[in-house]
Amino acid sequence: MLGIPLHSFYLIVLVLILLICGSLIRYRLEQSNPEKDYTELRERIQSWWVMVGLLFAALLFSQTLAIVFFGFLSFLALKEFLSIVPTRQTDRRVIFWAYLSIPIQYYWVSIGWYGMFIIFIPVYIFLLLPIRMVLLGETKGFIRSAGILHWATMLTVFAFSHIAYLLVLPVKNEMAGYIGPVLFLLFMTQFNDVCQYIWGKKLGRHRIIPKVSPNKTWEGFLGGVATITLVAAITGPLLTPLLWWQGMLAGMLISVSGFFGDLVISSVKRDLQIKDTGNLIPGHGGILDRMDSLIFTAPLFFHFLYYSHY
Amino acid sequence: MDRIIKLLFFALLVKPVVLLLLGLNIRGRNNLPKKGPAIVIANHNSHLDTLVLLSLFPLSQIHRVRPVAAADYFLQNGGLLAWIALKCIGIIPLDRSGGADREVLFSGCNRALENNEILVLFPEGSRGRPEQMSRLKKGVYFLIKERPEVPVIPVMLHGLGRSLPKGEALFVPFNCDVVIGENLTERDSAAGFINSAGACFKELSEYCLTLNHRE
Repeated sequence: MLGIPLHSFYLIVLVLILLICGSLIRYRLEQSNPEKDYTELRERIQSWWVMVGLLFAALLFSQTLAIVFFGFLSFLALKEFLSIVPTRQTDRRVIFWAYLSIPIQYYWVSIGWYGMFIIFIPVYIFLLLPIRMVLLGETKGFIRSAGILHWATMLTVFAFSHIAYLLVLPVKNEMAGYIGPVLFLLFMTQFNDVCQYIWGKKLGRHRIIPKVSPNKTWEGFLGGVATITLVAAITGPLLTPLLWWQGMLAGMLISVSGFFGDLVISSVKRDLQIKDTGNLIPGHGGILDRMDSLIFTAPLFFHFLYYSHY
Repeated sequence: MDRIIKLLFFALLVKPVVLLLLGLNIRGRNNLPKKGPAIVIANHNSHLDTLVLLSLFPLSQIHRVRPVAAADYFLQNGGLLAWIALKCIGIIPLDRSGGADREVLFSGCNRALENNEILVLFPEGSRGRPEQMSRLKKGVYFLIKERPEVPVIPVMLHGLGRSLPKGEALFVPFNCDVVIGENLTERDSAAGFINSAGACFKELSEYCLTLNHRE
């Protein structure tokens, strides 16, 4: 349809229908309770429209634009991360090099050089950053800065760039095209957030890790895992080369790792005593608040798919 | 003509850079004055401070926003720096040498306020050490002493001293906090005004995401 592979087209339509439903429900709520303030809900849904619109536009326009788009998201995430964690004034020159790793990493993606893509940050950037730090000659706080910079780059550049590499894998499901696996990963990750939230809200009683997040319960977690595993059994074969049972495993992997990705960024925020990582996205917070689970699901799903079919 | 140069400078260069490369965490945007006369005071860490503060205003208003800047630093050597300062940013030059009479010193600022413009001032006087606040100077007080109706809006900036600190040419992107406070009404004496401004900046810094609150 419109030059979009059929299964991917269906998913895009489904997402747009969900968004329209969200907007209609918000409208109904505002009409029936005029005294209540729905600003945050409205901002949240509006931001979803913008995010989904930008994503679909980038994905459908061209592979290259989609890779640039994900690279830019890496940049925003790395910038946000390095802006909230403590770094030394001297580290700004090292941070400059960490930023430069982004275009290079996404260039490896764009030419499909898997070997380089997979070692560039864990080997070359891993060694380059401390070399640059040594040349600056400041030893006070060296260990802490090295740790922070490496972790930031691994999370926001290396882990996240796996989404982009899904775009350049050879297409094995013609009905889904090259955007199929990306749509699957993004949809399942975000849908998992929603499912865990709804299950937790409806049934949640037993908290898992109250010190990190008081809202995460066993009921929400298990309900989310079950829902996503089942849904992935259907959507997996439609959007990716995975068989139905592989889809189930992928769904389970996404659900569990998404849960931990969310909690890891929550712990970072707790440690820094801040509520949001930024305010780039109205109603959501910063870009890391939105990408938290994706940072964990992207590499794990990628390697599951890569191992089973490539 | 100057108005068009300033408009293009901000529409094509400053706003995109501030939005895409820098990124701002803005709080209290509604406190920003919508029209002059008004005074915006901010802490000063970087050349980017002025550009960020001006970029907060809509393009239709930007020609009415006038930063007050050191004449010796920006104008003395002429050339490109002076041209950018005067034409693209529209500064009101201030003589820091201390020789001039107060009346003469503030004549540019007074004229701007009479023309319903919005002044941007850095009461610390200079950029100082990165991300550290130095003592506030009293100059602003003499501007508002006779003008109780002119609002003075404090803006706390944080993070720009990391992106482009004093004496560095390498720009490194960071998200920056812009926390906009409410009109300062304590104006009975110079010391009282300065103290209340200082307290206000301290309070606003609580809202900074990029400031490490644990240290």
